[in-house]
Amino acid sequence: MNEITSTRNNYTIDPTLSVWGWEIPVYLFLGGMVAGMMLISGYFLFKGRQTEKNCSCFYLPYMSVILLSIGMFALFLDLEHKLYVWRLYTTFQITSAMSWGSWILVLVYPILLVNILIKPPKFLEEKFPQVINWKKYLLEKPILLKNIGIITMFFGAGIGLYTGVLLSSLGARPLWSSAILWLLFLVSGLSGAAAFVHVIAKDVYERELLAKADNAFLIIELFVIALFIIGLKTATEVQAQAADLLLTGEFAPSFWVFVISIGIIIPLIIQLLAVNHKVKHTALAPLMVIVGGLILRFIIVSAGQYSHWFNSNFH
Amino acid sequence: MARYGMVIDTKKCVGCQDCVIACQAENNVPQGFCRDWITTESTGKFPSISLEIRTERCNHCTDAPCVSCCPTGASHYHDIGGVVLVNHDECIGCKACIASCPYDARYVHPEGYVDKCTFCIHRVEKGLNPACVSVCPTHCMYFGDFDDPGSQVNELLQSRKYHSLIPEAGTKPNIFYLI
Ligand code: SF4
Ligand code: SF4
Repeated sequence: MNEITSTRNNYTIDPTLSVWGWEIPVYLFLGGMVAGMMLISGYFLFKGRQTEKNCSCFYLPYMSVILLSIGMFALFLDLEHKLYVWRLYTTFQITSAMSWGSWILVLVYPILLVNILIKPPKFLEEKFPQVINWKKYLLEKPILLKNIGIITMFFGAGIGLYTGVLLSSLGARPLWSSAILWLLFLVSGLSGAAAFVHVIAKDVYERELLAKADNAFLIIELFVIALFIIGLKTATEVQAQAADLLLTGEFAPSFWVFVISIGIIIPLIIQLLAVNHKVKHTALAPLMVIVGGLILRFIIVSAGQYSHWFNSNFH
Repeated sequence: MARYGMVIDTKKCVGCQDCVIACQAENNVPQGFCRDWITTESTGKFPSISLEIRTERCNHCTDAPCVSCCPTGASHYHDIGGVVLVNHDECIGCKACIASCPYDARYVHPEGYVDKCTFCIHRVEKGLNPACVSVCPTHCMYFGDFDDPGSQVNELLQSRKYHSLIPEAGTKPNIFYLI
């Protein structure tokens, strides 16, 4: 027997830690989506697809700016001392993943802006005529655009993996102390973005390519989830118990139903049929992938806070 | 360099909560929150069951994850004794430090910053003991410098068996419990 009672009683800490509510998973999800979109649009730029009329590299940067800003707003809402948010940018803390993240986010905006300049919106061209010159300058330099594509992919991958590193650097929560959480979030972000883009893409080639790519990402995601769980199960006892939260414990129903079934397996089957022209492409499967990705972040954030070094004593 | 910490005699602690009340009064801890608390742990199998009562708080870890994860530098090691403190004016309330502490020793103060035990550094700087140590009716707590080989806390650790909390978390806590 091992029984612990404590007189500690701090709001959102006891009886189980819940200092991070909906804001953090929403931010992590949107960050992941933007990461995926930057990887996709960067790749198309790298491939020189800006010569096509309907390349998604023209509109993905806008969407990225919007989604990232919503995500950062969620992050801002999570802060308890909101007026002090500028403190993030008066220092750089080398050991803090959050500090790295806030600086990376600052760098991502100008990169997205440069991407937008390749095909700026009409109102911008009318208001600031010099934008047209910049656009011409960029379009005349395919090598430069290739490099912009590489930088966009690089920073896209940066945000994607940072969203995972943020959690896995907090060793106090056994569920998060996995070296592949960043990969899971990156692949999940990529599959969500690919699902989204293949529904909205105007170019037939891109639509087909992304539908196929999304299937590959979903399969990889399944492998990464398996590795994530095997990694935890074969680590220390507290980590094995943390994995059980997903496998059989409190979070198992939502994990199996929403993340694995609705988020990965069912859309994978539908999309495989669609790619092979057995059924029509609809927005259903991509929507499921996106919802699955969002719920994955919610589960990882909440179950992570629930997992504890003392958990064995709470049973 | 000094390394401040505490040695707590679990054979003497009766769990009266005087330390908890003293801390709340001394540090103006808001209602409904606590910087220290009493834990009662029973282990073993009937009929050989043992009970440990102990007073717990921030361990002022030598390798404090709450300091390394803080994006603003608000959580820091104080110049005196390596005590881990939060600079209220720099804290943005991102709560990364709360998530990173295996001991759940921190909480969000209603005014927005993160707060926790300071080892009553304002008293220690004047040569006094932390309020909890001063007030304990059974004198179960000892505050001192682990870097001073002749200190009472080091002598106690040499004379008795002891443990710290979740040492496997790798934070090098600076509070030890005599058993
Ligand atoms: S006990 Fe927690 S809050 Fe205190 S120094 Fe260690 S990790 Fe930080
Ligand atoms: S809540 Fe405050 S002290 Fe804690 S990590 Fe964030 S900024 Fe630092």
